[in-house]
Amino acid sequence: MKVLLSGNEAVARGAYEAGVRVAAGYPGTPSTEILESIAEYPEIYAEWSPNEKVAFDVAAGGSMAGARSLVAMKHVGVNVAADSLMTFSYTGVRGGFVLISADDPGLHSSQNEQDNRYYAKLAQVPMLEPADSQEAKDFTRLGLGLSERFDTPVLLRLTTRISHSKGPVSLGRRKEHLPGGFVKEPSKFVMVPGYARARHPIVLARLNGLRRLAERSRLNRIEWGDRKVGIVSAGISYEYAKELLPSASFLKLGISYPLPARLLADFANQVKRILVIEELEPFLEEELRGLGIDAEGKAFFPQVGELNPDLVEEGLRKAGILGRGRSREKREKLEPVFPRPPVLCPGCPHMGIMQALKELKVTVAGDIGCYTLAALPPVQTLDTCIAMGSSIGNALGIEKALQSRSFRKKVAAVIGDSTFIHGGIPALLDVAYNKGQVMVILVDNRTTAMTGGQDHPGTGITLKGEQSSRLDLVRLCRALGIERVRELDPYDLEEARAILREEFDSPLPSVVITNRPCVLLKREKKRTVYSVDEMVCTGCRLCLQLGCPALAWEEAARGAKRGTARIEATCNACGLCAQICRKKAIRSEERA
Amino acid sequence: MKERAGGDVQNVLIVGVGGQGVLLASEILAEAALRSGFTVKKSEVHGMAQRGGVVSSHVRFGRVVFSPLIKRKEADVILAFEEAEALRWLPFLSPKGFLIVNRQRISSPLVTLGLAHYPKDIPSALSSLGNRYMGVDAFPLALEMGDPRLVNSIMLGTLSSLLSIPLTSWKRTLQKKLPERLRDLNQLAFERGRQSWPPQGRARKGLPRPDPRRLAEES
Repeated sequence: MKVLLSGNEAVARGAYEAGVRVAAGYPGTPSTEILESIAEYPEIYAEWSPNEKVAFDVAAGGSMAGARSLVAMKHVGVNVAADSLMTFSYTGVRGGFVLISADDPGLHSSQNEQDNRYYAKLAQVPMLEPADSQEAKDFTRLGLGLSERFDTPVLLRLTTRISHSKGPVSLGRRKEHLPGGFVKEPSKFVMVPGYARARHPIVLARLNGLRRLAERSRLNRIEWGDRKVGIVSAGISYEYAKELLPSASFLKLGISYPLPARLLADFANQVKRILVIEELEPFLEEELRGLGIDAEGKAFFPQVGELNPDLVEEGLRKAGILGRGRSREKREKLEPVFPRPPVLCPGCPHMGIMQALKELKVTVAGDIGCYTLAALPPVQTLDTCIAMGSSIGNALGIEKALQSRSFRKKVAAVIGDSTFIHGGIPALLDVAYNKGQVMVILVDNRTTAMTGGQDHPGTGITLKGEQSSRLDLVRLCRALGIERVRELDPYDLEEARAILREEFDSPLPSVVITNRPCVLLKREKKRTVYSVDEMVCTGCRLCLQLGCPALAWEEAARGAKRGTARIEATCNACGLCAQICRKKAIRSEERA
Repeated sequence: MKERAGGDVQNVLIVGVGGQGVLLASEILAEAALRSGFTVKKSEVHGMAQRGGVVSSHVRFGRVVFSPLIKRKEADVILAFEEAEALRWLPFLSPKGFLIVNRQRISSPLVTLGLAHYPKDIPSALSSLGNRYMGVDAFPLALEMGDPRLVNSIMLGTLSSLLSIPLTSWKRTLQKKLPERLRDLNQLAFERGRQSWPPQGRARKGLPRPDPRRLAEES
C-alpha cells in the first residue's frame, strides 16, 4: 500500500523502518517535521535539543553506543553543529549515523541560502540526495547501512522542495537493530592529536572505498536516451529536467559525493554534450571539470534562488537544447498585485514591546524569530539580524566600538526564548563578564513560534509531550551575572515604557523579560470586544503603526471628510491599539 | 527535442492567503487522486503560512509525474480562495484552463498603511476568460450554512466537477480527513459546491478530459 508522505515524513518513516533508536534536532524550516514525525514512533527516543550542536552530539553518542541514530536540522543549523561534524568524521561510528541537512534554496524562511553540499566535501563524508519522498525514505535506510559499512557519518541532503512536497511512498516493517553497547576504544573515540593524526589517513582511505562504491551503486544510474545531450543531475533538479526532456540521456546521482569518476567519464564519452542541472552553486559542475569532463551548467541556469520547471526550461533554451518555443504569444498586461509579506499575528505580544522600544529611538540588534518581522514596515524597530543568538554579541560589539565617544548605554538586543536558549546564553555571559551595558529584551512567548510552536527547555515539556524540569530564565540570567532582571507585561504599554526607560538609563547591563505567551498557543474565548468609534477617530492612522493585521483602514465614505480605522473580527483583544490612540477612539466592551 | 513527459497529467493550483485552508484543501485533493489510482505529487512551502503570507499549493496527478511544480500556463484549474490571489497566479493558467475564484477579498497591512493598493475590479479583469472563469460566493454561503470554515469544502466541491476523480474517492477522503463532528456539514457543503458547476447556461466545452477507466469505476 502506498501513502502520501512529505519528504520530511518519509525520512522519519525510513528512520523507523531502519531501526533508528536515537533521534535529535532543533526546529528550523524546512526540517522541523522530521523530528515531529519521528516523535510519533514510541520505539525511537526523540528530543528537541537546545541547539543543533547538542542535537548532533546526542545522536553521535547514540551511535557510539551502537544504536542507529539520526540528527536533523536546517542548513544553517549545520554551521552550529559543524564543530562536532568535522571530528566525528574522523572517529566514525558504531551504530549507523545520518545527519539530515534541509537546505532552503530561495530563502523561503531563512537568513541565507548556503549550499550545504560543500559540507560533504569539507567533512569528507558521503552525501545522498533524494529526488522525491520514496527516495527520501529509501535513502535514509540506505544511508544508515552505508554509515555502518564504511564507518562514517552520512550526510542526507534535502531541500525545501523535497522536504515539503508530498508523493506516494510504500511502507515497510521496522527492522530492529539492537545496540551493542559502548565499547572502549580510545584510539577511535578520543580525538587527542596523537590519535586524531592516525585517523586522517583512515578517512581518506574510506573516501576511496566510497568512490568505488559510487561507481557501481544503483543509486547512481544512467538512463539512456537520445545521445545529443547527457544531463547530470541530482535531487529536485533531476525531476524538473526529466519532465522537460524525457527522452534525453540522464546520469541521475543519488550519491552526490564522492562522485563516480569512471561512470561519469563513460557517460560523457557517449554523449555529444554534458549539461549539469543543479540548484544554487556549481558544486557538481566544478567536480566534473576537476575530473576533466567538459561540463556546462551555470552558463545557462541561475546560481541564485530556487529552480523550477520554468527556469530549467529557460536554461535549456539558452543552451540550445530546446527550441525557442511559442514566444510570439502576446503577454496580457495584468495589474500587478501587492505583495503580502508575513506579518505578526493579531494581538501578538511582540507588538507592544516593539512599540515601546521604538519610542526610545535606540539601536536595536535583532535575532531570529517572529519578532524579526518587526524590522519591516510599519514597525521597523530592529536594526540587525544575522544568526541564532547573534543579537547580544552584536549589541555588545556596537557598544564597545562607540564607547570612546562618551557613549552611554544606547544599544539594546531583542531575542526570543528559544533563540536565547539556543545561542544567546554564552553571549549574555559575555556582557556580564566584559562589563557591557547592553539592555537585553528577552521576548519570552514560551514556544518556538516561527517554526509552528515547538517546546523547548523554557516550556518544561519535551518533544514526546512529557513534563520535565522548566528552565527559570530569571534565575539563569542572575546566575550569569546580570543583576538587573525584570519582567514586564507587553500588553501594558505604560508599564513597558516606564521599565524600558529605567533600564535604559541605568549604567548596568539588564535583562527585561516579557511574560505573555504566543497568541497561537491557546485560543481562549475572548470576552472583550474592541471597536473604533467613527465619530471620535480623526483618521490619524497612529494605531496602524502597531502593524497589527486586525487593524484595517476604511476609506472615507461619501460625504465624510476622512477615513477611519476599523477593527476586524480577527482581533485577539490585546488592547494595545486602544492604549496607543490619543483620542480614545478605540473602546472596549465586555461580552457576557 | 520537443516532447514532454506525462501528457496525461492534470495540474491543479490552489492559492490563497495564510489561514484560509489552502493546505488542507490540497491535502484532500491529493489524497482523493491517490485513492483513485493516480500517482500524485503535491508541493507547497510552509513556514510563513500562519503569518498572513501568500499560500500556493501545486497538485499534479496522472500516470507518471516528475516535477512537483506546475509550469506557467499549464494549470488545468486554478482554485483561488481570494480574489487578488486569483489575479496574482493567473499567469499559471493554461490557455484552456479553468479559474474558480472564491469572491472574498483579504487586504494586507501594506494596503492598510497606504503603501500598496488592492487591485480594482478584479472580476472584469478576469472576464476575458469567458466561461473558463467562475466566481463562487463561498464565504457568505459558508456563513449561511453555519461555519466560515466550510469555504474549503464548497470550493473543493466546485473543483470536483472539473476533474476525473470519482465522487466516491472525494467522499471517502473527506470522511478520513475531517473530524467526525464536522463530516456531515462538510459533505453537504461539498455537494453545494459541486452543484454550482457548470454555471447555468455555460457549456462544458474544453473541460480536462476525464479518464474513462476511472469513470467506469465510479458508476
